[in-house]
Amino acid sequence: MKEKDNPCHCLEWPYPLLDDQVQKISTDVLILGGGIAGCWAAIAAAQKGVRVALVEKGAIIRSGAGGSGCDHWESAATNPCSRITPEELTQAMIQAHHRYNNGISHYIECREGYDRLLDLEKFGGKIRDTEDKFQGAEFRDEKTKFLFAYDYENKFTLRVWGTTFKPALARECRRLGVDVFDRTMATSLLTEGNQQGARVVGATGINGRTGEFITFMAKATVLCMSRPTRIWLFSPGLPGISEFRPPQCTGDGHAMGWKAGVEFAMMEKSVKGEWSGDRSFPPYGVGNTHNTWYACNMVDADGREIPWVDRDRRVLTDISQRHRPAPGQKLFLKGGGEPDVPSYEFQGPDILPTEELLAEGFKLPFYADLAGMPEQERKAIWGLMVGEEGKTKIPILKAYTEVGFDPEKHLIQSYGEGWQSGGFLPQERQLFGLPGGMVNDWNLQTNLEGLYAAGDQLFAANCHGHAAATGHYAGRHAANYARVAALSTIDNKQVEKERIRVYAPLKKDGGIGWQELNMRITRLMQHYCGEIKSEELLTTGLDLLKDIQKLEVPQLAARNPHELVRTLEVLNVLTNAEIVLNACLARKASSKPLHFRRSDYPEMDPPEWNKLVTIKLENNEVAIGKKPLDYYVSLEENYESHNVDYLEEHKS
Amino acid sequence: MKGKKIYVHPEAAALQPLTFDAGICDGCNRCVEVCQVDILVPDPKKGNPPVVVYPGECWYGGCCVAICPKPGAIKLNTPLMNRVHWKKKD
Repeated sequence: MKEKDNPCHCLEWPYPLLDDQVQKISTDVLILGGGIAGCWAAIAAAQKGVRVALVEKGAIIRSGAGGSGCDHWESAATNPCSRITPEELTQAMIQAHHRYNNGISHYIECREGYDRLLDLEKFGGKIRDTEDKFQGAEFRDEKTKFLFAYDYENKFTLRVWGTTFKPALARECRRLGVDVFDRTMATSLLTEGNQQGARVVGATGINGRTGEFITFMAKATVLCMSRPTRIWLFSPGLPGISEFRPPQCTGDGHAMGWKAGVEFAMMEKSVKGEWSGDRSFPPYGVGNTHNTWYACNMVDADGREIPWVDRDRRVLTDISQRHRPAPGQKLFLKGGGEPDVPSYEFQGPDILPTEELLAEGFKLPFYADLAGMPEQERKAIWGLMVGEEGKTKIPILKAYTEVGFDPEKHLIQSYGEGWQSGGFLPQERQLFGLPGGMVNDWNLQTNLEGLYAAGDQLFAANCHGHAAATGHYAGRHAANYARVAALSTIDNKQVEKERIRVYAPLKKDGGIGWQELNMRITRLMQHYCGEIKSEELLTTGLDLLKDIQKLEVPQLAARNPHELVRTLEVLNVLTNAEIVLNACLARKASSKPLHFRRSDYPEMDPPEWNKLVTIKLENNEVAIGKKPLDYYVSLEENYESHNVDYLEEHKS
Repeated sequence: MKGKKIYVHPEAAALQPLTFDAGICDGCNRCVEVCQVDILVPDPKKGNPPVVVYPGECWYGGCCVAICPKPGAIKLNTPLMNRVHWKKKD
C-alpha cells in the first residue's frame, strides 16, 4: 500500500471477526490460565482420564510469568541429596514470614516439587548437567548430576534449565488431548443458579483476536491466573514493563473470583515497589548478590573487595562459605522465598547494607566481579542461571554478549540494595513477596464448591516450583471431584449479562482508553492506599472507585478485540483495587510482616490481630471473617489423609 | 461488528522493542504466534516481516527471538534507559 493511500498507517484487522457468535464448550475440568500452574493442572487432570479444557490469554507454549524460563527450583526437599525434610523446610518458610504464610501450599511444594521435576524430565525438560559441564563443582552431585544453588549443605534448591520447561509442558498438554483455547481471556465465573457463593459450574471467555464469545460448562474449575498487578504502578508509554510480571497478568482470576464470592486472605499486604521495567533495570541484568546472582563477588569503585558476612557478621573468607549455614544454624533461605527483612534464624550470608559499607570507606558505585570468581561459580551465574532464568537468555545474555560484555574481563555495575535496581516512593506499591490471594483447603479448593486454585492465585504464593506443585495438586483434586460430580446447568441470564458487559467498550465510538483508566486507578491508590492508611483514606478511596464505575467505565472504548482484552483487564485492576481497599479496612491494626501501617491503629501486631483476616462478597456486601494463621493444623497428617491415591501411585 | 471493517492502529512507540531484517525474515510469523502479549500481527503481504502494532506492550521476554528459525531476522532492542554500565577490570 502506498503512503498516500493510507496516511494513518492503519492495518485492516487481520483476523476473522466472530463477535456475533457464541461457542459453547462442555468439559469435565476447566483450567483458567495456561501458565506454569495452569499447564500442570491440565496435565494432572488429563492423566486422571477426564476431559480437560485449558483457557489461556496468550499461547501456552511460552505464556505466563514463568514461561520464558526459570533458573532455580526451590523447595525440592524430597530429592535424594536433600538434608532437610518437607516438614522442616515448610516450617522454616512459615516462621521466616512470622507465620503469615500458606502452610498448605508450601508443604505441597516441599513434598511434591521434586516429583514435578522428574515429570518435567520425562516431558523433555532439562534438570541435570548431562553434558558434565560442571563436573567436579562443589555444587554438583556426581551421581545424579544435579546442580544445587544457595545452601550447598542442605541441597534443597536445584539449578535448572528452565527455558526448556514451558514448551515441554505445552507438548505434554497436547499429547494428553487437553483442549487448548489459546488467545482466550476468561472473563467471569458462572455459578449455580447465578448465586454468589454457590457452586462454580463454568466460565465465560472471549477470544482476543476474533472477539468470539465462549461459554464453558464444567464439573470443576481451576483458577491459575497469576496475581494482581498495576494497582499502584502503571506506565502508559511502556505498559508492557509497568510491573515485574507480564502485562497481561492482571489478576483476572482474583477479580472474577471476588465477584463470584471467593474468600481472600492477606490482600491488605503490599510492599514498596521492587521491580518495574520502566523504573528499574531489567531483572537479573545488573550486578548484585541475590537470587540469580547469588553469591557473586562484589567490589567498590576502587576495585576493593566487599566482604561477605554471615548472620553474625563473621567475615567469610572464601566463596564456599557463602553457601553454608552459619555455625549453629540448621539452614538458610535464599532464592526468592525469603522475606525482605530476614529473620535471624534463617538469615543467609550476604554483603553488609550499603550505608554500613559507605561508613567503612567503600566507594560507590559497586560492581559485580564475575571475573574474580572461580570458573565454575562464574559460569553457574553467567551462562547458566543468567540464561535459563525467565527474561535473561535473549535480553541479557545474548544482548550483553553482542555488545561486548565479557564476564572474564568486565565489572558490571550494581544499581541498588539487595536484588533491586531502582528507587520507588513509599506509595508506589506492589503485590510482591508472598502477597494475598484466595483461601484454600487441603484439596486446594476455595470456599466455592467445584472451584480450585493454584500458583499465584493462592494467598502467600510465589515461585515456579510452587506454581508447578500446586497446579498439579489442584488439577488432580479437581479431576477427582469431577469424576463424581454432575454437570450443572448454566444460567442463560448470567451469560447474557456478561456478554453485554464484555462487548460494551467495542460498541462505543470514541471515549476513554484503557491506559487512561489504569493511570486513574494507580494515582487514586497511591493517594488513598499508599504507605500510611486510615479509615477516612480507605473509605474515600472506595467511594472514588464507585464513581469510576458509575461515570468512567461506561465511557470506555476499544477499537478491536486486542484493545477490548486490554480494557477488560483494566476493569479487573479496578475490581482488584476494590478488594485491596476492603482488605485494608478489615484489618484494624498495623502489622510489620504484612508491611501494613494504619495511622488510626498504629500499634504493630497486637496479639488479638495475629490471624488471617478474610474477606468475601455475600449478596454483594463485604463479609469479614478470620482464620488462625496455622489453620493448616498438622502438615504431614493432613497431607497424607488427603492424598492416599497419589501416595499409592508414587510409592517407589 | 459483523460486516464492519475494523483496523489496528500501530502505535507511535516510546520505545522500539523489535526490529526485523527484511532480508533474512521470511515472514513465517512464528514470533506472532509465540508472543504472549500479542503485540505483533502478520504483514498483509505474505513473506514480509510481521508488523509490531503494540510496541509499548512488549514485556521484553525475548521468546520471539528464541523461536525464530532465521538467526538475525529479529532483534530485541534493550530500552536505552536500561543500558547497564560495565567497565574493564584493571
